[in-house]
Amino acid sequence: MENTKLLKLKNNRFFESYKTQISTFIALIILCIILTFLTDKFFTGKNLISVLRQSSINSILAAGMTFVIISGGIDLSVGAIVALSTAIMGDLVVNTGINPFLGMFIALVLGVASGAIQGLIIAKVKIPPFIVTLGGMTIWRGIALEYVDGSNVYGLPDQLKWLGGGDVFGLPAPVLVAMLVYLASWFLLKKTKFGTYTYAIGGNEVAARLSGISIAKVQILIYSFCGLLCGISGILIAGRINATSAVVGTGYELDAIAAVAIGGTSMSGGKGIIWGTLLGALVMGVIRNGLNLMRVSPYYQQIIIGIVIVGAVSIDAIRRNKK
Amino acid sequence: MKEKTVNIGDVIFEMENVTKKFPGVVALDNIQFNLKAGEVHVLLGENGAGKSTLIKTMTGAHKPTEGTIKVNGEVVHIEDPIHAQELGIGAVYQEFNLVPFLDVAQNVFLGKEPKKNGVIDREYMIKRTKEVLNMVGSDIDPTVMVESLGVASQQMVEIAKALNADSKILILDEPSAVLTEKEINKLFEVIERLVKKGVGVVYISHRLEEINVIADRVTVLRDGQYIETVKVEKNNIDKNELVRLMVGRQLDDFFPKHDVVPGEEILRVENLSTHKLLKNISFSLKQGEILGIGGLVGAGRTELVKAIFGAEPADSGKIVVKGKEVTIRTPKEGILNRIGLAPEDRKLEGLVQILEIDKNINMASLDKVSNGPFINEQKFNSVAADMSEKLKVKTPSLKQLVCNLSGGNQQKVVLSKWLACESEILILDEPTRGIDVGAKVEVYSLMNDLAKAGKAIIMVSSELPELIAMSDRILVMHEGSISGELKKGDYSQEKILKLAAGEA
Ligand SMILES: Nc1ncnc2c1ncn2[C@@H]1O[C@H](COP(=O)(O)OP(=O)(O)OP(=O)(O)O)[C@@H](O)[C@H]1O
Ligand SMILES: [Mg+2]
Repeated sequence: MENTKLLKLKNNRFFESYKTQISTFIALIILCIILTFLTDKFFTGKNLISVLRQSSINSILAAGMTFVIISGGIDLSVGAIVALSTAIMGDLVVNTGINPFLGMFIALVLGVASGAIQGLIIAKVKIPPFIVTLGGMTIWRGIALEYVDGSNVYGLPDQLKWLGGGDVFGLPAPVLVAMLVYLASWFLLKKTKFGTYTYAIGGNEVAARLSGISIAKVQILIYSFCGLLCGISGILIAGRINATSAVVGTGYELDAIAAVAIGGTSMSGGKGIIWGTLLGALVMGVIRNGLNLMRVSPYYQQIIIGIVIVGAVSIDAIRRNKK
Repeated sequence: MKEKTVNIGDVIFEMENVTKKFPGVVALDNIQFNLKAGEVHVLLGENGAGKSTLIKTMTGAHKPTEGTIKVNGEVVHIEDPIHAQELGIGAVYQEFNLVPFLDVAQNVFLGKEPKKNGVIDREYMIKRTKEVLNMVGSDIDPTVMVESLGVASQQMVEIAKALNADSKILILDEPSAVLTEKEINKLFEVIERLVKKGVGVVYISHRLEEINVIADRVTVLRDGQYIETVKVEKNNIDKNELVRLMVGRQLDDFFPKHDVVPGEEILRVENLSTHKLLKNISFSLKQGEILGIGGLVGAGRTELVKAIFGAEPADSGKIVVKGKEVTIRTPKEGILNRIGLAPEDRKLEGLVQILEIDKNINMASLDKVSNGPFINEQKFNSVAADMSEKLKVKTPSLKQLVCNLSGGNQQKVVLSKWLACESEILILDEPTRGIDVGAKVEVYSLMNDLAKAGKAIIMVSSELPELIAMSDRILVMHEGSISGELKKGDYSQEKILKLAAGEA
């Protein structure tokens, strides 16, 4: 008797705290059902797999963005860091002929380094993340464009191509990478000091500081992690299109922010869960795919995606205000 | 609606069988309550008894799950705080709700800015703000930024804001918690003035001495339940009886102080100074000692303890811990030197409101429950459970968000956090602000236990009875320096107040 009561209480709290994510999940299911009826191609194994593949890059970037936003920040430089790491890697691997694995490693280092620099400035000079990453957005892309002199690189080695296009037991490699990223992110947020501090800083920076947390260290780590995921995305994109360019990734940061928002993470920080972001990225992927299948023009697609973002967050806000 | 004439003594507000449930908590269970014009009605109860919830249902911030509410004899459904204002109900909440970067007049008129020819009528705003401030006997300039005001003045602005709406009912949730003795007396004058005009005042406080001065009737709540409403005689309340009603048992000793023979010196401060305020502060602290620091708000007590802890490092001077000179320039370094600081402002500095209780408790000591970067969940949970049990934090679950706790229970979480740290030098800045008598006794016993275990405690307090009863020694501060040190057996309220005023 006592036990069932306790259990009910626990469940209640589960629903209470994950309401947003649960409704996003339900929305995703409903969306899939509707698309299954509207198009005959949607609910086929091949298409579903391709939805996952198409969503993988945005999911990965959104995971990093989730950390940033939970900590009370924002990262507008995501797309540019993707471009920086992919373009330099491509050039080094194809034109200079370095080992592709070394190339990938360099891409990751570039991602982490640019993130870390931004984190350092945010933490030490105490400039709002919005400004620092806005600057970063043009700086990183500028460096990328300058480095490759605006030209593209084609024909990458097989190892890279496999990462973009290969699969394991039918699951595309980028999807596998995304799954690993999400497991790691969940682990970091839930099971490590770093994750707890991320929430604490976003929830109340003063209290966090007075608890002896080194805000600067955590912030630098957060932006570095976000940068690392940009590097990973840069590698995956290169493999997928079998080419690299300094102009990829424009606007990726906005998609990532959108996924985080749809996933129920509070834009003012301190609150959010990683699985919500995954759902948000999937919702965006499914909608894009569905609209493509229905041959809706890209212009309309933009409008619809915009409405979905504002709509999703509004429904959540309205429900919360009612309470 | 036609205005009824209301006479002093008429019932202007009534709650019948009101129940309010939150997930997992019944905050109010079948409550009866009424308020008469021209009376001060005190709500009394332990932390989490439901006092704040009761007034939030009065102001429409919460809607009752069941029950009826009547204003001037008519049944009403209070939709939201704006509706409550229209009904003449104004409130000053436990946590202030002013916008720091707007001026006083803008705050007083927030949301109901007067318009003239389509633009805001600044002139009227300022004039009217002056009027309401006059009503509360305050001469704050309506055009100064709220941010630049002290807490006491901010509270006057809050009251003025509530009165601006022509409130017939004024609710004050623990207004005295942030005020000095002098300011409290002024507040009481304001309340008396309003009561004479027929305003009904609902007053919440944990300080029985205040209730003694101000109350006409007292309604006691316990665990969300209505216990009793008693009429009290001014300056002659039966403290023990009220406490018994409140906690359900007799409390025999309000200040259970045990004497501990002090051990070795653990902390010495020499000539600590800051450009802003502190001037050549020197003192020493022994293991097992409880050192009280008294003084007025603004005397630099908080600055001093923050300097020792590293939150706002001093510009010059020495800090010696266990005979070794140390540099403490960040809270982290403070914690490494086994110093803990429970800050006075729990909302802004003490807690992350939107995080769970267990995370807040472990926040400053995650290293202790982690292997490298990884949190050991078992240890994490057991520390949280241990601490919350020791301090009797009232909550259905440790996964509850701190913002859903009552004020006093939040304070207990702050203390839990610093106990979890196993600090050897524990600095408590206003440790019992806003916590109920029962919990106060618990905190005092805890301080005793810690002292017995050889920990050294610095307690900053504005509550003289507490300072006098619990300290082994008292330092009094005035304008950034120590104006006197009082030895045990040598203190009295008058002596402390004199030193605090810089008159000795
Ligand atoms: N929004 C909420 N969600 C869940 N529980 C709540 C919420 N607000 C209050 N409670 C719970 O309701 C109970 C009553 O809380 P309330 O704030 O009214 O206490 P209080 O008497 O004002 O205490 P204090 O003296 O500490 O301020 C507490 O157990 C509290 O945890
Ligand atoms: Mg309260």
